[in-house]
Amino acid sequence: MGRYIVRRLLQMIPVFIGATLIIFLMVYALGDPVTALFGDRSPDPATARALRAEFNLDKPLWHQYLLYMGKIFTGDFGTAFNGQPVTDLMRHAFPISLRLAVVALVLEMLIGIALGVVTGLRRGRAVDTTVLVLTLVVIAIPTFVLGTTAQYFLGVKLGWIDPAVGPDAPFNQLLVPGLILCLVSLAYVTRLTRTSVVENARSDYIRTAVAKGLPRSRITVRHLLRNSLIPVVTYLGADIGTLMAGAIVTERIFNIQGVGYQLFQGILRQNSPTVVGFVVVLVLIFLIANLLVDLLYAVLDPRIRYA
Amino acid sequence: MLLDVRDLRVEFRTREGVVRAVNGVSYSVAEGETLAVLGESGSGKSVTAQAVMGILDSPPARVTGGRVLFQGTDLLRLGEEDRRRVRGERMAMIFQDALSSLNPVLPVGYQLGEMFRVHRRASRKEARERAVELMDRVRIPAAGARAGDYPHQFSGGMRQRIMIAMALALEPELIIADEPTTALDVTVQAQVMDLLKDLQREFGMGLILITHDLGVVADVADKIAVMYAGRIVENAPVADLYKRPAHPYTRGLLDSIPRLDRKGRELRAISGLPPNLLRIPPGCPFHPRCPQVRDVCRVDPPPPLYEVTYAGRDAEAVRAAELMPDDPSALGRASACHFWKETVGE
Repeated sequence: MGRYIVRRLLQMIPVFIGATLIIFLMVYALGDPVTALFGDRSPDPATARALRAEFNLDKPLWHQYLLYMGKIFTGDFGTAFNGQPVTDLMRHAFPISLRLAVVALVLEMLIGIALGVVTGLRRGRAVDTTVLVLTLVVIAIPTFVLGTTAQYFLGVKLGWIDPAVGPDAPFNQLLVPGLILCLVSLAYVTRLTRTSVVENARSDYIRTAVAKGLPRSRITVRHLLRNSLIPVVTYLGADIGTLMAGAIVTERIFNIQGVGYQLFQGILRQNSPTVVGFVVVLVLIFLIANLLVDLLYAVLDPRIRYA
Repeated sequence: MLLDVRDLRVEFRTREGVVRAVNGVSYSVAEGETLAVLGESGSGKSVTAQAVMGILDSPPARVTGGRVLFQGTDLLRLGEEDRRRVRGERMAMIFQDALSSLNPVLPVGYQLGEMFRVHRRASRKEARERAVELMDRVRIPAAGARAGDYPHQFSGGMRQRIMIAMALALEPELIIADEPTTALDVTVQAQVMDLLKDLQREFGMGLILITHDLGVVADVADKIAVMYAGRIVENAPVADLYKRPAHPYTRGLLDSIPRLDRKGRELRAISGLPPNLLRIPPGCPFHPRCPQVRDVCRVDPPPPLYEVTYAGRDAEAVRAAELMPDDPSALGRASACHFWKETVGE
């Protein structure tokens, strides 16, 4: 186990380098950030040169990448073009996004698994069909439609929730944004759980459990669920990263100044240090989440042993 | 009589139509007796057993008729909760593939102990001790140390021993073993069969052994029921059946076993395929494959079970029949062939 973790950590290095390099190249391929900074006006050549020198933009790309990566390891993510250190932006953006992601994940887990189990056990019945249609609807409707609709009716019309969420929002304020954020994943969790429950319900070991004379409830909880949730847990773990990074739309709608919001602003203004810096942290979160999922997988399924 | 199945009928409602898997099966097992149910896959032997256990997947399966008398009580009339209490406690089942039949994510000791936790309200500790005892009893080496292992950590033979231990846990009166050795190596097959036989003798349980392997049956069973297309086509004490089969299908099965005294000669397989249970042929269901087929075999109704009698019957078999005069299927022999006399050679 220990050796496996070490190997996985080592494997993260090339993934990390590759991912950051791609992001770095993509952001710079967008065009000259200094020109973009001046908008429609053409920049004063001296100022432009000074800016280029300050942000190392006058050096070759590979050199820029190395300089950037070197600084990251000292905790310096550079300065956004407006003079704010990127780490400052992060300090404000990540906590709120993290809380939003936690709310979304908990909702996704509780509601998604519950619906999946109910529909899986009652396959072909009215509940099953209704929920299946609903999940399709949710998957088909874009998040911004659902989000703005929810905001308008619940927030503006009915006044049940705050239409905008502040940076120190308590968890209850994040319920509706969290639900909107996780809705599509929730639909997938429901379907995944349902399929898994249906499949396992037909398995030989469930037949054995019935033949042993175990009560229905025990068969469902101890035997059926324990096995059915293995793929679901894997999906949920991998979803943590997606929920953190994929909140762009939701954060825009509810005016949450989180990671998605900052990334969006950064891309809009071609603010490369911001974009690259945020993405680097997100890549790290993805990698760690995936490692944790793989380790959790071994705990849940004894057949998987890492050597 | 321990178990008396009378005229049992089971259907599966599928999209393609109604699959008639069991069409009026009757058999019986006495205390300490072993009945072998023989047949190809799709003959309804497993479905019959599952109906007896009450573990049919319904829907799509449905018991449409008959009785399952277990020590005089018709199990088909019991409520689900009463039925559950019979399972595991008074009758237990051993399945073919122990790897898929054991829960992959729970230690075997837990799965064994569960029997005592649920049926006997044993404490965690007590259940574990009983589980280790059981593993010892089915001769699993170092049982105490292995109770915490998972099914995939055992060999095929050891896994099947665990299945047997699970079935024996509460010392039921009846055990149904559905192809218990099919998934095992030949050498291990013999060990597992011997173990099963020893334990049955020790506990005096009734045993229904479902198999398609005539070799397994010979030294274990007291009597045999041969099934085809959801019916019993021949009933016989074990020695009689091997010596003088009374149904062309049984004869076909016997001829298809490799035998030392027929070395060098070609094996005679039964031609054709088992019938599609959606469209069972009219008349005798075996007629499309039967070498002795005549016109009367092709028309309904299917042949009834004729009582088979002939002069040179084994003395021992006759004595066995005399012991159980109240049981029709124990009266010795029956064959669902209009021409059983020719087949048996009388």
